[in-house]
Amino acid sequence: MNYFAKGLKNGIPIGLGYFAVAFSFGIMAVRAGLGADEAVLISLTNLTSAGQAAGVDVISEHGSLAEMALVQFVINIRYALMAISLSQKTAESFTVPCRLLGAHFITDEIFAVCYSVEGKLVPRFMYGVAAVAVSGWTLGTLFGATMGQVLPSDITAALGVMLYGMFIAIIIPPSKKKRDVLFSVVLAAVLNIILRKLPFVSSGLSVILSAVLSAGVTVFVFKGEGEK
Amino acid sequence: MAAYMIVMAGVTYLIRVIPFTLFRKEIKSERLRRFLDYIPYAVLSAMTFPAMAESTGNPVSGAAAALIALILAFFEQPLIIVAFAASAAAYVTNLFF
Repeated sequence: MNYFAKGLKNGIPIGLGYFAVAFSFGIMAVRAGLGADEAVLISLTNLTSAGQAAGVDVISEHGSLAEMALVQFVINIRYALMAISLSQKTAESFTVPCRLLGAHFITDEIFAVCYSVEGKLVPRFMYGVAAVAVSGWTLGTLFGATMGQVLPSDITAALGVMLYGMFIAIIIPPSKKKRDVLFSVVLAAVLNIILRKLPFVSSGLSVILSAVLSAGVTVFVFKGEGEK
Repeated sequence: MAAYMIVMAGVTYLIRVIPFTLFRKEIKSERLRRFLDYIPYAVLSAMTFPAMAESTGNPVSGAAAALIALILAFFEQPLIIVAFAASAAAYVTNLFF
């Protein structure tokens, strides 16, 4: 099987999960006063759930462009960390044009799948994953924006947990094998549950703080192979 | 509207493209590399807990979905199986609770 086909296969659960989440984004965007075409264009050019939802809030409240920039920066800054991690994993074939294109596809899920492949990451694998994921994300937004009101809410609620199911499927196997990963994963969840209760911490900021604190603490609690 | 959309997409793209394009050299520090290894798993964990339990609008069905997903993931079932099973668990639990 070639790399692109492998990527497509690995992208299927992401595409399905994205479809469900994008579907609810589409409903939300139209309710906030955006057109279906605008909602779809935002999905295609942003490819991120939390950032888009926050962005639509800013638009509907007629916030300033500076506020929009700050909200996007804070919510999406985790992608910078993922981009650095992923840049350590890329094969020689990942040239600058490939990076300029591939960068757009760095989401939590595409990152996780690309980062967990054995060996180095080649562009075609990432494009395969992205092709399914972007299709699911964009089509989901289109469907949500145009006919979302038709489906009963118990079905959309059940579809909404698919993505979280995927997250769990990604984090559990390495947690079984490596105690430091398990520690980091549990600590991040506990920190986030606590931080979310604080009134001045948004959910995006809470996730970032929890992850960075957890990873930082784990580095010092466990020793690496070459460290004293 | 166009200005909002350009700022949204522009900031988001720059956050992704600058580190992905400029950080070409391998990071030598093992501590930093381990930190970066933990980040994605920590982010996904923080995104899932407690949001998963709250996402269905019914904590019982959200928790049931999480439990089913944890069990299947522990036995290393494929992503798609875990995701669908969690979804089905949420739907069924929601019918009864």
